[in-house]
Amino acid sequence: MRPRWGSIVLWGGLLVYPLVVSFTDSGDFLQDVGASLVLSAIGACAWNIVGGYAGQVSVGHAIFFGAGAYVPLLAYELFQAPPLIGVPFGIVVAVAMAALIGLPTFRLQGHYFSMATIAVAELIRLVVGNWDLVGAAIGIQGPATPRAWWDLIFRSAVPYYYIFLAVLALTVYITWAMARSRFGYYLRAIRAGERAARSLGVQVRRTKLMALMLSAALTSVAGSLYAIKVGFVNPESGLGILVSVQMIITAALGGAGTLYGPIIGAIILVPLQSATNTWFGGSGSGLTYILYGGIIMLLARFEPGGFVELWHQVGPRLLRLLRARAKTERARAA
Amino acid sequence: MILLQAAVGGLLLGAVYALFSSGLTLIWGMMNFINFAHGEFVMLGMYVALLVTWVNLGPEVFGPAAAVALMLLGVIVYMGLIKHVMRGPMLSQILSTFGLALLLRYSAFYIFKSDFRTLPDTALSGTLSLGGIYVSRAQLLAGLLAGVLALGMHVLLTRTALGSRLLAVAEDRNAAMLMGIRPDRMQALAWGLSAASAGIAGALMAIAYPFSPSVGETFALTAFVVVSLGGFGSVPGAMIAGFIIGLVEALAGYLIGPIYKDVIVYGLFVAVLWIRPQGLLGTG
Repeated sequence: MRPRWGSIVLWGGLLVYPLVVSFTDSGDFLQDVGASLVLSAIGACAWNIVGGYAGQVSVGHAIFFGAGAYVPLLAYELFQAPPLIGVPFGIVVAVAMAALIGLPTFRLQGHYFSMATIAVAELIRLVVGNWDLVGAAIGIQGPATPRAWWDLIFRSAVPYYYIFLAVLALTVYITWAMARSRFGYYLRAIRAGERAARSLGVQVRRTKLMALMLSAALTSVAGSLYAIKVGFVNPESGLGILVSVQMIITAALGGAGTLYGPIIGAIILVPLQSATNTWFGGSGSGLTYILYGGIIMLLARFEPGGFVELWHQVGPRLLRLLRARAKTERARAA
Repeated sequence: MILLQAAVGGLLLGAVYALFSSGLTLIWGMMNFINFAHGEFVMLGMYVALLVTWVNLGPEVFGPAAAVALMLLGVIVYMGLIKHVMRGPMLSQILSTFGLALLLRYSAFYIFKSDFRTLPDTALSGTLSLGGIYVSRAQLLAGLLAGVLALGMHVLLTRTALGSRLLAVAEDRNAAMLMGIRPDRMQALAWGLSAASAGIAGALMAIAYPFSPSVGETFALTAFVVVSLGGFGSVPGAMIAGFIIGLVEALAGYLIGPIYKDVIVYGLFVAVLWIRPQGLLGTG
């Protein structure tokens, strides 16, 4: 029963968070951090489908995030359409990119996919950075003032927070349904051993490709939400390698291949990140990434399962210890 | 004539690419492992050269100092990190060196700042004219030395007892163990050699080209392109591909424009991926 209680606490906490922090002095700031947290969780959940469940470690998810971020703002820039209209087109572009990358690379195993994703992401960043139509190195902007509610421009972070939270819930639901389906079992079989999966009749290439396309579609939604909230994207913030790094480390820290791992990762990382940024000022971002590198290395070396796995190992023992102590206390009192 | 000049420059740089890429492919060939921090090793080699000039030593020390420092780092990385994740899940294999790359890159940013640097003028400055083609002395020296060292790596692997032992571990770890070879030592040595090749390549490039902490990412990608074009695990393939990429980069920079040379090179990588994923000299 514990996991069910855990998820009620998690979702309940996420639902009331903006209301609770609104009573504190820096409520606006904390609500904004909350919105980034939920957005970061969406990206990590999306990455988790292919990187966690299928075990194909993509280092280029910025491609799909960028597609989702650029297309809605382009729709505004070129046709004055509300960015929201561009979201489905962003998904189409992201899924097409996923097919383009997945088809050749999934013929090969192991590290090849990671290497290819990193190179393609860099290629796209360079092309976009030199392409005037999409704003080149400067980037592009969304509408500056809201024309109507459908431009989705709010002064407070709270509306964004709840939109993001709804998308996160949908993403988690899709992941949950996928993990329970035949498709989800195929993915885990592939992660455990591609050759064995193939010998059991799993169509490995097609399954991996489907997972990448699903992951790309959800990642592009995360990118769109980011672009709509910030109202601006440039090659670095939409397509830079650090965008991919953020998704990987969030998912891996919480627990890659688990349902709630990515959310737990975001709950740990995003506050940590805004704390280092506030404490260290301008040099903070550099320190943040030194820290990220160290965390990723330590995770890989000692606990590749992330926090969820750590909890499964330490948690029950800790509970037993606490219960035993409570028992002796009671015995002493009596 | 200018085209020829660009081509010569490209080939000289290609020799350096060949050197550090053969280090990357050596690790891949031996243990099916991509080192995502390889570009950062090249970058560190450049900063070792910078540190050497700070203590007022001449360019003849750059190469050896970078080789020793990076070899040590390579062995430490293998012993402390790679050995433990090598047979673990794919996620930890990839995250291990990826995290290392981030750590090294941003530490370098933190320590050396993001400015581009050049080494102070040395005896190596000035240009030479080779039958009407002008090359800077530094570029010529870097290219020639790198070419020789890359060849030396190939000879070491194919013509010496040590090389046979390394390749034996690559072929079949258990069988090698039964022949009295300690695979751990050989793999540590391979990491040392690989990192040293990157370090020397970096030190050589530092003589001729400006550098900043961000170059590691570019060189990592260059090495990926070279290695996949040449064929994974093939040192001769990496050498040929290194020259090809150097040449393509220089010609693309001259004919299309310097901004697009990386676009062309990464585009070439995508093309290789689609058309011949095993590379020029790769198998399977």
